[in-house]
Formats: sequence, structure tokens, C-alpha cells
Amino acid sequence: MATLRSSRVLLDHIADESPAAPVRVKEAKERGVPVVGTFCVFTPWELVRAIGGVSVSLCSTSEKPIAAAEAHLPRNLCPLIKASYGFALTDTCPYFHFCDIVIGETTCDGKKKMYEYLNRLRPVHVMQLPQTTEGETARALWRAETKRLKDVLESFYGRTITDDALREAIRLKNRERRVLNRFFAVARLDPSPLTGLEILAVSDYLKYSMASEEALSVVEELTAALEEERRLGKGREAEGRKRILITGCPLGKSLHKVIRAVEEQGGGAVVAFENCGNLKSSSDLVDESCPPMEAIADRYLRIPCSCMSPNPRRLEFLSRFCGEYAVDGVVDVILQACHTYSVESFSVREHLKALGIPYIAVETDYSQGDEGQLSTRMNAFLEMI
Amino acid sequence: MTTITAGVDIGSTGVKAVLFDGSILARSVLPTGWSPAETGERALADLLLERGLRRTDLARVTATGYGRKIFREADDIITEITCHAAGAFFLEPEARSVLDLGGQDSKAIALGGDGSVVDFLMNDKCAAGTGRFLTMTANLLEVDLRWFDALGEGETHLISSMCAVFAESEMVGLLASGVAKEALARGVLDSITSRSAGMLQRVAARGPVLFTGGLARCAPLRRMLERKTGLEFRSSEHSQTAGALGAAVLGAMKARVRRAIVV
Repeated sequence: MATLRSSRVLLDHIADESPAAPVRVKEAKERGVPVVGTFCVFTPWELVRAIGGVSVSLCSTSEKPIAAAEAHLPRNLCPLIKASYGFALTDTCPYFHFCDIVIGETTCDGKKKMYEYLNRLRPVHVMQLPQTTEGETARALWRAETKRLKDVLESFYGRTITDDALREAIRLKNRERRVLNRFFAVARLDPSPLTGLEILAVSDYLKYSMASEEALSVVEELTAALEEERRLGKGREAEGRKRILITGCPLGKSLHKVIRAVEEQGGGAVVAFENCGNLKSSSDLVDESCPPMEAIADRYLRIPCSCMSPNPRRLEFLSRFCGEYAVDGVVDVILQACHTYSVESFSVREHLKALGIPYIAVETDYSQGDEGQLSTRMNAFLEMI
Repeated sequence: MTTITAGVDIGSTGVKAVLFDGSILARSVLPTGWSPAETGERALADLLLERGLRRTDLARVTATGYGRKIFREADDIITEITCHAAGAFFLEPEARSVLDLGGQDSKAIALGGDGSVVDFLMNDKCAAGTGRFLTMTANLLEVDLRWFDALGEGETHLISSMCAVFAESEMVGLLASGVAKEALARGVLDSITSRSAGMLQRVAARGPVLFTGGLARCAPLRRMLERKTGLEFRSSEHSQTAGALGAAVLGAMKARVRRAIVV
């Protein structure tokens, strides 16, 4: 077996690669590859892949374009929605710049209304999500919407999506999910050899690497290196840190302030993320033994998002991950004006209380002005545990 | 040998310092001013001078408050939540929760039987429910803050705006329409009461509540809080320095553990 590179080298490599992501999209565009913009983990990745396209996650997590967005959108709206629109309006997101079409979903009221305006800047196809994951009607609706997306992509690009291409895409994405799951599981070690920001960096790296075999093998090598270093006692981790799970709204660079507040001065270690892009997505695979379109639709409808009512699977996920990752406390990150996550906070608190797991919710936005307050809250929370 | 510890609470408006040897040896309050770290050092130096002590006589110095991380003399840094809990428990061992209404923020803390923090909530991005709201109202009504303390029972004109900035313009309108300033002032206290009661409820606070921070001196506010929550509120002459006291108490506990290990 070839010698493994060290985890430090691999993490540096991953950090060096991230700025190249927009260039890869530009090159794909120039080669005539369909570039499909997405905002949310509800967009079935496999369909975009099966048409021979790349799915790019559009910018939505910076404070910068918000002022521009507020020319059209109200101030007291979730910052993610304002930033998503603002980036498009100011043409400051390279992924939006290069995408041919945007796929949105009716996850929340603010988003679905924003898509009406976004449609003026780029063709937007909105998938109609049911309001619940339960029952045959919801399932039938979402399967029909998945089929409708297939039709839209086929006529937009003048190409056909074959079952073989779908099966291939399912296998590839499932492989990526498994690679991520094995990587995330490294943080189950006590103490965790990873920081929360490193976990996110790897997750983002795969998100923008278009499931390339090279990127997948880098993450596999990193996982093996971290496990090997622990076996040899070469860890660089500090002991005695409280193990924290982060849940709630999608995270992005502007919300790294929460993770920094948890991890500063060695107080805590974020070991698991139950947010949109991370364990919540990777832990559920598409069933490879079923007809592909139905299997894809059913897997995406299972995503335990707060926009669904009821949403019992989020609580099941929290119980499971708190156990698997030996979590000492849960931090719920809620974006200002995100009603569904904000309302769900109470039931998450009750659920975790019954499990004896300390819980804190923080409401914040993309501004960096509340770092001091976040630090006080997180430090006090860690002192309390 | 007695162990002397110091707690320094570097708050946004005031720096509070306490020397502690099992009871409160000395305390002081200084306006924070433009240099929180220097004011913190001066507060500690003044107290040492007052008691004829040197820095080396102190077993531990613990910093808390929003300026805790820039205070270079500290052996330990602990957040104001944990310190307020420890301070409250020392002052009032029966207390099962703390309501701290300060100049810039407010907090509700549920206490365990040993003075540990069971749950807490902070409000600091919003002026409603804090001393800032009261200061703003005082400026508008052209009264000083002590005037609120003497406010008797009577007509209350409720303020509907949840935001202190909007409440100010609402009050301007109400004054123009002839509402009495006493009625308006009671409305403001009622609004602070509702906010605080909500925070206490959310941490499942039990009584007695130790009421601390600058607003704890306001007797009408305390009456309203007791009526609204049905809980018993207690205050202490040391309530303003409860955070610094808690820091010193936690420092003493740490010093004892360390000595036990050394022996």
C-alpha cells in the first residue's frame, strides 16, 4: 500500500483547491456542459448529472449583496433569501453567472416568492414541494414533480435522460454520500481529531468538486490518514473539549462565527453537523434496487427539513447523531426571520431535554457584529454543560 | 492562612471589582470609559491599595463581563452567566433563579440547588427590556432615573411597540395626545416586565428570584414583576456587584482545589 499523506497535508490541499471551484465551472460551461444552479438539498442531484450537467450550489451566505437585494425585498426577511437574490442581482456569484437555469423548491414562503423575481434574471424552475412527507398524496405529488423536473431539463437542453444514466448518477452520488459518512464518522473518536471548520471545509470541497473521482479519493485518503494517525498516537487534538452538535439553518462562511465561538480557547469541539448539507443529507442513500425515478423522489422527500409538517425525522436524526457522536450539547443556529426553524426550536429543546442533552438556540444573521455576544453565549453554554 | 481572591466584572457601562476572603472584603464600581482593560486594572489596584494588599497576596484573579478577555491580570476567565449564578447563590442561597437587568443587556438564569447554571437566556441585540430603554424614556420625559423608583400605582398606558426605537416614536405621539407621563412611564415598566417574565418563563425559572443589575433598584418594576410572574423577587445591596462577587467566589473554589492538590 502506498504511504498515506498526513492529514495536515491533505487538509491544506483541500483548502488550496477551494478557490479553483469557480474556474472548473467556467471550464465546464465553455465545454458546453449544462450548468444547473441550485440553492437547496431538495434538488435531485442525480437528474442534473444524468443529463450530463453539473449541479452548482449558488452563493447565499454573505452579508455583502444584502443591501442591493433590499431594493426589491423587505428588510425583515431571512438573510439567506436576501443574499441569494442579491448575489444574482449584482452578478457577484460566479456560479450564478455561469448557470443556464436555476432549480428552486417551495421550501419556505420567502424563497418561493423570491424565485418569482429571480426568474427575471435567469430561467428558474420551481419544484412544488408538498407541505408534509407523510401520506400517499404527498409522495405522489413529489414523484410527479421529480418527473416534471426531468421533462423540463430534457426540453431545456434538448437531451434525454435515460434510466441507465440515472442509475449511474445514483451510484455515483451514493458513493459520495458513503465517502462523506465515513469521513464524518472520524469525529466520533474521542477526542475528535477534527475541528468543526475542518469538517465543513471537507464537506464544501466535495460539494464543489462535482463528485470527481479525484476529490473522492482525497477525502478517502484523509479519512484513512486521520484513523492511522490516531492509531499511532500522533493526534494533534486537545482533550477535555465538550463535544457539540450543530443543528438548524444552513451554514456558510458568514456563520462560521458560531463555530469559532464554540471552539475558541479550546472550550468545545464541533463533532457533528445536522444542518442541510451535512449528516442530514449524506446519511440517507437512494435505494439502488428500485426504479430510479421513484427511488430518487422518495429519498429526497425524506429530508427532515423544518419546512415539513410534521417533521419527526429531524428529532430521530438528532437522537441518533447525539448517540453516535457522544454529544455533550446541541447548538441550534437559527437565521433571523426563519420561521420554521425558529418555531421548531421549542420541540427540539423538549426532545433533547428528555434525552438529558443540554441545548441552546442562537438567532443570528450574516453580520459579524455579534461575535462578542455569540462568544459569551457559547462560553456560558460550555461552562454550564 | 486566609485565601483572598478578586473578581473583576468588566461590563459595558461599569467595571465592578470585589475582594473576597469568604466574605466580601471590599468592592468598587467605576464607569467603564473608553479603555475597559485599563479601567479593570485600575479598579483592582484601587481595591488592593484600600486594603493595604499587594497583587501577590491574591490567590486568584477572575475576570468576567464583556471585557473579560482583554483583562491581562486574570488567572481565569469565566462568563458573566456563570459568575452571576455563583454570586447570586452566595448572596441568597435559597434563590433558584436570577434576573439581571443591566444597562445594555438582560439575562435570565435558572439555578440548580448548588448554584450552578441549569439554563439561561440573554437578550443583548435589542434594547427593549434593558436599562437602555429606561434611560431613553427618562430622556424623553425629562426626568432622572431615580424618578421611576418612586413611581406609585396608577393609570398605565401600555406601549404596543416591541422595539425600543419604535416605542420612542410611539411615546412621542402619546405625549402629544395628552397622555400623562406617569401613565407612560408605568407603560414602559410594564413592557420591560413582560419581556423579563417571558425570559424567565422560557428558562422555566422558579422562585425566589434574585433580582440584580441596575434596574433591580426600581421598586415599582419589582412589584410589577412579582405580580406578573407570581414568583418572589429578592434583591441585595450587593446586586450590582453580583457578577464580580461570583467571579471571586469561583476563584476561591478553584484556589481551594489547587491547594488540596498541592498538599
